[in-house]
Amino acid sequence: MSYTVEGSTGPWEVVIGLEVHAQVTSRSKLFSGAATAFGADPNTQVSFVDAAFPGMLPVINQECVAQAVRTGLGLDAQINLVSRFDRKNYFYADLPAGYQISQYAHPVVGAGTVEIELPDGSSKRIGVTRLHLEQDAGKSLHDQHPTKSYIDLNRSGVALMEIVSEPDLRSPEEAGAYLRKLRTILRYLGTCDGNMEEGSMRADVNVSVRHAGEPFRTRCEVKNVNSVRFVMQAIEAEAVRQVAVWEAGGTVDQETRLFDPTRGETRSLRSKEDAHDYRYFPDPDLLPLVLDEAWVAQLRAGLPELPDAKRARFAAGYGLPPYDAAVLVADQETAAFFEAVAQGRDAKQAANWMMGDFFAALNRTGRTIADSPVSAIALGQLLDLLADKTINGRIAKEVFEAMVETGQDPASIVESKGLRQVTDTGAIDAAVDKVLAAHPDKLAEYRSGKDKLFGFFVGQVMKAMAGKGNPALVNEALKARLL
Amino acid sequence: MLTDLTLVQARDGLRRRSFTAAELTDAHLDAIAVHNPALNAYITVTADLARQQAAAADAALAGGDTRPLLGLPLAIKDLFCTKGTRTTAGSRILESFVPPYESTVTANLLRDGAVFLGKANLDEFAMGSSNMTSAYGPVQSPWTRGDGAKLVPGGSSGGSAAAVAARLALGATATDTGGSIRQPASFCGIAGIKPTYGRCSRWGIVAFASSLDQAGPVARTVEDCAVLLGSMAGFDPLDSTSAQLPVPDFAAACARGVRGLRIGVPREYRSDDMPQEVEALWQQGLGWLREQGAEIVDVSLPHTKYGLATYYIVAPAECSSNLARYDGVRFGLRVDGQDLTDLYERTRAEGFGAEVKRRIMIGTYVLSAGYYDAYYLRAQKVRALILRDFMEAFQHVDALVTPTAPSAAFAQGENMDDPIKMYLNDIFTVPASMAGVPGMSVPGGLDAQGLPLGLQVLGRPFDEETVFAVAAALERAAGFAHRPGGLA
Repeated sequence: MSYTVEGSTGPWEVVIGLEVHAQVTSRSKLFSGAATAFGADPNTQVSFVDAAFPGMLPVINQECVAQAVRTGLGLDAQINLVSRFDRKNYFYADLPAGYQISQYAHPVVGAGTVEIELPDGSSKRIGVTRLHLEQDAGKSLHDQHPTKSYIDLNRSGVALMEIVSEPDLRSPEEAGAYLRKLRTILRYLGTCDGNMEEGSMRADVNVSVRHAGEPFRTRCEVKNVNSVRFVMQAIEAEAVRQVAVWEAGGTVDQETRLFDPTRGETRSLRSKEDAHDYRYFPDPDLLPLVLDEAWVAQLRAGLPELPDAKRARFAAGYGLPPYDAAVLVADQETAAFFEAVAQGRDAKQAANWMMGDFFAALNRTGRTIADSPVSAIALGQLLDLLADKTINGRIAKEVFEAMVETGQDPASIVESKGLRQVTDTGAIDAAVDKVLAAHPDKLAEYRSGKDKLFGFFVGQVMKAMAGKGNPALVNEALKARLL
Repeated sequence: MLTDLTLVQARDGLRRRSFTAAELTDAHLDAIAVHNPALNAYITVTADLARQQAAAADAALAGGDTRPLLGLPLAIKDLFCTKGTRTTAGSRILESFVPPYESTVTANLLRDGAVFLGKANLDEFAMGSSNMTSAYGPVQSPWTRGDGAKLVPGGSSGGSAAAVAARLALGATATDTGGSIRQPASFCGIAGIKPTYGRCSRWGIVAFASSLDQAGPVARTVEDCAVLLGSMAGFDPLDSTSAQLPVPDFAAACARGVRGLRIGVPREYRSDDMPQEVEALWQQGLGWLREQGAEIVDVSLPHTKYGLATYYIVAPAECSSNLARYDGVRFGLRVDGQDLTDLYERTRAEGFGAEVKRRIMIGTYVLSAGYYDAYYLRAQKVRALILRDFMEAFQHVDALVTPTAPSAAFAQGENMDDPIKMYLNDIFTVPASMAGVPGMSVPGGLDAQGLPLGLQVLGRPFDEETVFAVAAALERAAGFAHRPGGLA
């Protein structure tokens, strides 16, 4: 069932395109040697180039170009061997040169695709129009002084990739899935850390609405949305607003809007008439960016396995259901963790443990997979103890909780707590006898046909054995005695 | 007089210990003290710094140091950022700007032992052909004519050229965007070369039009220019447009002679309204080269007539963007306002002069939506054709010779009412700037009023050596030994 906004004139389809600004992971800025680390004191990572002092010139940082090309390759996109930098001219206090160096007419990366997975299990290919490199601006701080604004130029000149999608998205969920998938790809590639809360990834959201089958109507751009959730909310709010405008007989004007998350609404920032004339022209301080085909091939050869390929391999190689595979590849470290656990073991069991108790424990303790109290080796050892019947499934959960708490390896926990499973049939038979003797009434009921009581007897035997009985042997012994 | 020596003579004298670098520097500082109040060739004189550098040079000379510019006093166009020394670009907006860095070109000169006498006056942001647009007052040429009018030294490197002509420096750095080295050299009766675009680093030079700006020297002889350029030039990883080529021995090229060279005469540079004296000197120069064994060939540069028009689109476009950084926020002049826009408007209204404002407005216009294709894009296409003209001509000839400027120096205040007439000063120099090819002006003779006229030599990209060879041949034949009358 496709997503629509219900109006008085019927259902409206929502058309969405995203422009994602992703900060390139690199030690230094796009055109200067200044550092890029997040959280430094204001104006401590600023070169004379970044502050646009007289006579300063940009020099392209090859690593940033490599990162853009890697990203392009990861999006299965065309790599343009010749691209160009343009100046986008406008005045603002945190834009020191009075222009941003960007790639307007000739981006380094052309058309590509991102495949998204939808909750119903289907997938959809979203077109990527282009990816280009550009400089970030500095930051204006308006809340530091009653009458003055402060400027922090640490971000000034940091490399951004602007990744522009086709207007292929049709619902907030699709937009969310696209952003998450894009973030996963960038993180796999190591080209952007994807931390939206630190501003490493921001999205401009283009939204329009139409009745099914109509051509596109006027779109509005919601600027600078900084979380997946807000992007989804902004789309919904903006779509509802536009539907109301159209249905009231008005027209939606092309304009730039801002999303206010506290009020859950968008509001106008500037109209098309107030739009800047950026006076783009090729930056005469820079030569065209010419890439060597062999260099691009070398970058391609160095790419990691990407999420889609990994998911396919997990499904085929480990026999995982598509959902499990998708969950496990969403994060590179999770996938690596899984592979370490699944290596030489029952992969489905490994996946169940990770997606069940393991993720729950991480959530509960507020840890990430990187600082998980349970290592992949330890989780694997736990599965081994299950496999060789040293412990049973119930005890395994107990051992796992102890592992989370103490960080100890499972074998030590089993030993120190005496949790080893009892496989001694004599001990089991004794326990069975004891339970049957203690419950003559239930035994009579069972014998008179109340088969369900079998479970009751299993439970009682296990209880009598402090949970350590081998479930299969207990079943076997009970069956033999109850015949 | 020590100040009458050429740069090469002074270098040799220092090496022979005929005099000291301190004496040489003091002689120039004394001359500056006498003449600069009238000429206004320097905006800032760095006497203490110069004396320190001279003392250090003397110590090095005593140790047998033979760096090419050791102890030689130079003027630095105030467009080159000099660490710790105020750099104004001739503008109020940089009145108090002291760069915390040294431009690559001046750093190269310091590396080679030069002494810096001070910062030379210029048209504001190098925009002008008369030095009338400087916020620090016009430069007066040391040359005089019969009517006693104060003459312009040309521009934009007018302070550099006037200082060298008036013996207030052995040589000077200059920059050329559309003729700003060659035209003032011509007006002041000295030599000056704009090398190939990319030969000298632009790093640390206040930008006017990035795709055209190129540093070069002015000096009293061709060989002096060759020595200076040899130090100024070289690949700089900090300038993406800098050429990764070795620097040849330019001074050696001056002695090559012109025998067997084919010298082109572009027919489009001829016009009916060219002053007869300019035309005569041009023919004279060609004759001198023929006498020394060169072959003179007519060539065509069919797109020459579009040079000035396209230049006055491309250069203002780039300037409108390059000068956006002078906004009162981080350095230089700030005039406070009620809000950010008000601060910008007040700062830039007070900080920039009329010519700079005019060019920013032209540049903003030609880049604006709806006009970009008709102006900027088309100008760039014509620019490619201008370059093609030169490259085709250079398949047949080794160099071109033309007049440098359509006239000798004019009086201060002349041409001020008509920007187009002022812009026409650059008609012969602009095409080479648009093409990026090297061009040199060398004094050829005097006009009827006793004012210098220069000849321009244009060469293939990165073939400054042939340009020096031809210019030196013209210099030898011309035997230009006139001194500016204003020095009496």
